Amino acid sequence: MKFRTFSKITAAAVAALAVAAGSALAQTKPKVSFVYVGPIGDMGWSYQHHQGLEAIKKEFGDKIETNYVENVPEGPDAERVIDQLAATGSSIIFTTSFGFMNPTIKVAARYPNVKFEHATGFKQAPNVATYNARFYEGRHVIGLIAGKMTKTNTIGYIASFPIPEVVMGINSAYLAAKSVNPNVKIKVVWVSTWFDPGKEADAAKALVDQSADVLMQHTDSPAPVKYAAEKGIYAFGQASDMTQFAPEKHLTAIIDNWNPYYISRVKALIAGTWKSGDTWDGIKDGTVVFAPWSKSIPADVVKLAETARDEIAAGKRHPFTGPINKQDGSPWLKAGETASDKDLSSMNFYVQGVEGALPK
Amino acid sequence: MLKLEPRREPSRLMFYLTPFLAIVLTLAAGLLLFRVLGKPPVAAMQLIFVEPLRSLRGLSELLVKATPLILIACGLALGFRASIWNIGAEGQFTIGALSGGAVALAVYPATGWWLLPLMSLAGIAGGAAWAAIPALLRTRFNASEILVSLMLVYVAVLLLGSLVHGPLRDPDGMNFPESRIFQTALPLIIPGTRAHIGFVVALVVAGVAWLLLERHIIGFQIKVLGQAPRAARFGGFSDTALTWLCFLVSGGVAGLAGLFEAAGPVGQLVPALPAGYGFTAIIVAFLGRLHPAGIVLAGLLMALTYIGGETAQISMSLPSATTSVFQGMFLFFLLATDVLVKYRPRWIPARPAGAPAAPAAAKPSAPVVAARVEA
Repeated sequence: MKFRTFSKITAAAVAALAVAAGSALAQTKPKVSFVYVGPIGDMGWSYQHHQGLEAIKKEFGDKIETNYVENVPEGPDAERVIDQLAATGSSIIFTTSFGFMNPTIKVAARYPNVKFEHATGFKQAPNVATYNARFYEGRHVIGLIAGKMTKTNTIGYIASFPIPEVVMGINSAYLAAKSVNPNVKIKVVWVSTWFDPGKEADAAKALVDQSADVLMQHTDSPAPVKYAAEKGIYAFGQASDMTQFAPEKHLTAIIDNWNPYYISRVKALIAGTWKSGDTWDGIKDGTVVFAPWSKSIPADVVKLAETARDEIAAGKRHPFTGPINKQDGSPWLKAGETASDKDLSSMNFYVQGVEGALPK
Repeated sequence: MLKLEPRREPSRLMFYLTPFLAIVLTLAAGLLLFRVLGKPPVAAMQLIFVEPLRSLRGLSELLVKATPLILIACGLALGFRASIWNIGAEGQFTIGALSGGAVALAVYPATGWWLLPLMSLAGIAGGAAWAAIPALLRTRFNASEILVSLMLVYVAVLLLGSLVHGPLRDPDGMNFPESRIFQTALPLIIPGTRAHIGFVVALVVAGVAWLLLERHIIGFQIKVLGQAPRAARFGGFSDTALTWLCFLVSGGVAGLAGLFEAAGPVGQLVPALPAGYGFTAIIVAFLGRLHPAGIVLAGLLMALTYIGGETAQISMSLPSATTSVFQGMFLFFLLATDVLVKYRPRWIPARPAGAPAAPAAAKPSAPVVAARVEA
């Protein structure tokens, strides 16, 4: 018995060596790796990044290898996962959640020849680039629609964490809604998670109880959209087209289309022209796109939304154009002034008119 | 028909053998599972259970992952032996990290040889203080320590979240909910890896736990309290004192484990720091038979399933749920095979239907069959 076990282990070890040798030989192609914070089936954030991976596969075929790790918590495990990818031959590693920032920087220092790309962070290095999308541009467009569609003049907003990215989305949506509906109010519920269908549905319920009849979310599961369909109110999908979860009530969705960015970065890697940097693409670059408008939206509102979309793309409109005051009434932007990227990426205040206190 | 007969005394042999039996059954079920999933079963098992052991990286990560599990489980074993149920180690872990980390942030950027010991002491104190709440409510008001300690986990996690969103947030961090990176870090035991001094401490704690449980009068009292509470009372052991002791010790080591995690591999306070070690350690404690040596082995094995699960995900695109499935199977088979400790399986040839039900009457000395399993 003992001997048999031992010989089995030896056999396994020999097989392992053979496998390892084989993969070492095949290691001439660049290997593209992805680290996801959620499951690839979340239908939101991680799902869309994974669509990017699929797009890369389609674009480059067998010129590259790919792999990914899903459900990586933003805690002590992240560094190990990233390190393991770097140690096992990845050429470029996309770490697709804010909480992976410091682990990415630490691992990158150990593997100077591996390229890293961190989504939504602010720390760069010679081999670490950062990228994000101007989702606030999309929030402006859906804010206009929400302001027009609400009957109760109350928009419900399910928010994840009070980081600049999320705060700027709330502000952008509110300002746009207010511009077409002076009586509109926005109610925010913070759920302290990016993906938790149960909590997200609870938040949706709380907002509906406070008479919200249009829901927006900055979390990744379709639970709020489903809940809206049940209650017969409107909702916007997040990150991916969520029409299937509420065919009648899904107005549109801000879709994160990372495909063009990922393809261009892998192309640069293969060509040897990859450079670190910070990329912040928006509607113009095709990174922020919209799901088809729902039939429930009247034609004049569709026109309003499309004009806004096209003007933002053409650089003729900025969602944060003064005069804008902060929530406490102190001035932020003068008339005609637009917010700088630096102001946006460190935004930690509500604009005037948003109710409630920002969690500190 | 397979019959289970109660043993006169629990089998010592089975007590130590069933964890290994559970491992073998888990491996067998795993092979079957991978076959059904359409993945090469042997290669998948090899990736999970052998591959991480083949490199210094894998081994060092194994130690990193096993350190908090072993530390926490050793503390929990103390209470579990006395039937005192601290289910909230995850919360004590979190508060330990928080209070130890707060010390570093409070004196930032000052540093020196004194800082790590001070942080560790604060971590232990924080964990113990958090565990003192269920201990107090249990000994004073007879509240269920299971519920109280469990509910306090959620309080602790939210407390950490709100503090790193507020007072402990990195002032240069663009408002992201993370603390500064600490000005000091745990010394490494293998240079170039993440394996830190915490593993050595975990082994020392396991050694002390062994002395306490097996060689000290307190260990005896704990055992008696757990197995025969009335006898303990007649023996004059104080239920209250032992409850306090078990909670303070298990909370303290959980707090230390939390601080090690924050000051070691992570290097800062982040909201996602509590990654479930406090709960997994409960499985580790039972898989290790509440014995410190067993806990060290069980902690390493459980860590292996995490790391191997990741390896399999990276190289074979197995879903990330693989790890949880394996951990679930370990616990399931362990509990299932535990029946062998108290019962002896016996094969009894089936009798034709209608035969007189004589055997029970014919053998009056046979023990009454308490459980029965259809073969």
